[in-house]
Amino acid sequence: MQGFEVYSDASVWQQTFDQLALFWSFEDVNATWVLVGSLLLGMSASVIGAFAFLRKRSLLGDALAHAALPGVMMAFLLSGSRDAEVIFSGALLSSLLGFWIIDWLPKNTKIKPDAALAITLSFMFALGLMLLSLIQSTDMPNKSGLDKLLFGQAAAITSEDIHLLVYVTSAVLITVILFFDKFRLIAFNRLYAQTLGISVRFYEFLLALMIVLSVVVGLQLVGVVLMAAILLTPIAAARFWSHQLSYLLLLAGIFGALSASIGAQISYIAPAMPTGPWIVVSLSLVFFVSFLVAPQNGLIKRYLDYRRLRLRVAQENILRTLYKLLERDHFKRNDFTVAQIIALRNIQVQTLKQTLKQLQKQGLVRELGDGFALSETGLRRAIELTRRHRLWESYLSQHADLTSEQVHQQAEHMEHILNQEHEEQIVAELMQRLSDPHGQPIPPKNTIEEL
Amino acid sequence: MLNLENWILDLWIIATASLVAASCAMVGVFLILRRQALMGDAISHSVLLGIVLAYLLAGTNTLWVMLTGAVIIGLLTAWLSESLHKVSRLQSDASIGIVFTLFFSIGVILVSLYTGHIDLDQECVLYGEIAFVPFDTVIWGDMETGTDLGPRAFWLILIVFSLVAFSITLGFERLKTVTFHPSLAVSLGINITFWHYFLMTLVSMTTVASFEAVGAILVVALLIIPASSAYLLASSLKRMLWLAVAYSQGSVWIGYALSYWLDSSIAASIAVSAGALLALTLLVIQIRKWIQQQHYAKQLQSGESA
Repeated sequence: MQGFEVYSDASVWQQTFDQLALFWSFEDVNATWVLVGSLLLGMSASVIGAFAFLRKRSLLGDALAHAALPGVMMAFLLSGSRDAEVIFSGALLSSLLGFWIIDWLPKNTKIKPDAALAITLSFMFALGLMLLSLIQSTDMPNKSGLDKLLFGQAAAITSEDIHLLVYVTSAVLITVILFFDKFRLIAFNRLYAQTLGISVRFYEFLLALMIVLSVVVGLQLVGVVLMAAILLTPIAAARFWSHQLSYLLLLAGIFGALSASIGAQISYIAPAMPTGPWIVVSLSLVFFVSFLVAPQNGLIKRYLDYRRLRLRVAQENILRTLYKLLERDHFKRNDFTVAQIIALRNIQVQTLKQTLKQLQKQGLVRELGDGFALSETGLRRAIELTRRHRLWESYLSQHADLTSEQVHQQAEHMEHILNQEHEEQIVAELMQRLSDPHGQPIPPKNTIEEL
Repeated sequence: MLNLENWILDLWIIATASLVAASCAMVGVFLILRRQALMGDAISHSVLLGIVLAYLLAGTNTLWVMLTGAVIIGLLTAWLSESLHKVSRLQSDASIGIVFTLFFSIGVILVSLYTGHIDLDQECVLYGEIAFVPFDTVIWGDMETGTDLGPRAFWLILIVFSLVAFSITLGFERLKTVTFHPSLAVSLGINITFWHYFLMTLVSMTTVASFEAVGAILVVALLIIPASSAYLLASSLKRMLWLAVAYSQGSVWIGYALSYWLDSSIAASIAVSAGALLALTLLVIQIRKWIQQQHYAKQLQSGESA
């Protein structure tokens, strides 16, 4: 990996494909384990990260991952071995210590939660780096490779690490499945869970422990610095696709597993490449694609919804204007020109003509010569809208201390939103009222039959 | 003679570290008070991408290129996380986390791709190499005959330090209002968006100037920890600024001694001493609280018996 130029060489591409083929042929046992490990890690970290996200502690994982570093270094300094279990327990201990500090500081001092997070993160990380530099200046055996923990290196993982990874991530996933109901309840309504007699503190600790476990076990693969993203980004991406927690978790798990395996593959093919950053880049890609195109909450969908609403509002406004004109002529004439409509509602001619065309297509308005008239269905709709508008005005003037102009402005918005049920509720509240605050009659429901 | 030369090298290192710590502490005070500690964390990470991109695009690592690149990316991080928060309705810390991890990752990937071409490597990104600072010097005039003006990193941080100190002194009243009373600031006609991004510019500049000395993550320690210690003790903004600077200088001296004694990384030791000073301050405060409680309890008891 000397530079970018190397990639234009055809033989390198060939080599890359060969490596990839080897990776997916499952002949290299180590590669297969790396794949399994990264899939499991991606899944468990994203699922457990989802709960941290829901408790509004998105960056907790970031701090905990950084806090694991001094534990790893201390464990190595004291034991002199690099066994997966030793490193794991050191990391676990110092991560838990970090969790305790993050929890303790805002509760007992003036320091705010965000500062507590940043303090713990940077202090523990500095401590870890200081110990690392100490280790590197000593002549301890097998000290090289400890710095790979910073950004993760799939190629440097031993089979022992992978076994531990598989055990721990499976344990995390099973715990989440077993206590799913409790975790869900606490995540959404902590107080209610407390009143039900659930030991919230116990489950919160369990959840924190699961977060710490996932973070610590993923260090070899993702690295200390970027572990935060694999906890946070998958659930943030999944949120655009669904509102149901079980789907959210499933999606987050899939996103996490996918990206983790992509990162592991790249790092396996090009061993000089750190794994963590590639996982994060592929995760971010998933996030931005979801953000744009997701059918539930994506940006494009929301833009279309917004446009549809604006169109409907414009159409309904014209219908109501036509009704007002009709009312002014005592329902004797049903044929109004563009100029008459504009006189009552201030909009551009071009927009008005466009909207009228749309209304014609829907059969709500008919064109008569150079004027426009409400059809029967159009009249029905216009009466309904006017009725809601004036009912809302009456309701507001009775129950809120607003001037008639303010009342009108509010009703301009509400008429498009109110439904049958609201209408009936307002009628029940108002008792007998026949006109709005401006003195205009509220059209009764059966106006159309009377006409 | 050799001793004197070593002594001068140490002096350059300490001078650079002191200026780095002081600038970080001053900017950090505002981050703490405005509850934007995490934004400081984010910007200090993503500045890496700014440095790498500026270097790759401009082909040089002159001071102005690095500063511009870092400030642009720093502001982009702040703006992007804010817009993401608004448009996607994600929690603000989540949107910060998504943006800065992406920027930092791209930065690290570029560093690994161009290792041979850039004067940066993965380790240097994380904890800088303040010990090498004195060897990269600015030379006035010709390469061979010009005069050696001292380390590049020192001049960079000196410029940034003066900028930070100057703008805080000049905009002190405004910054105070914006920090403590955003709504009052709005009603007084102060443009709080401008001051927000102004502060983010200061954070980006401080981070990039500190980058060579302490790396991307230890900057966070210097930004947040001395300012937090000062926050525990101070009763006014002015005092908090002075206290934060005092704490930062204390950390530099203790950290330097620690690294000399243990033969560890200077930057990491400085950050660790900043944390130790914070812990000490917390300990003193907790003990005083405890003594006061005991005192009140005794008073209450004697009052009851009398």
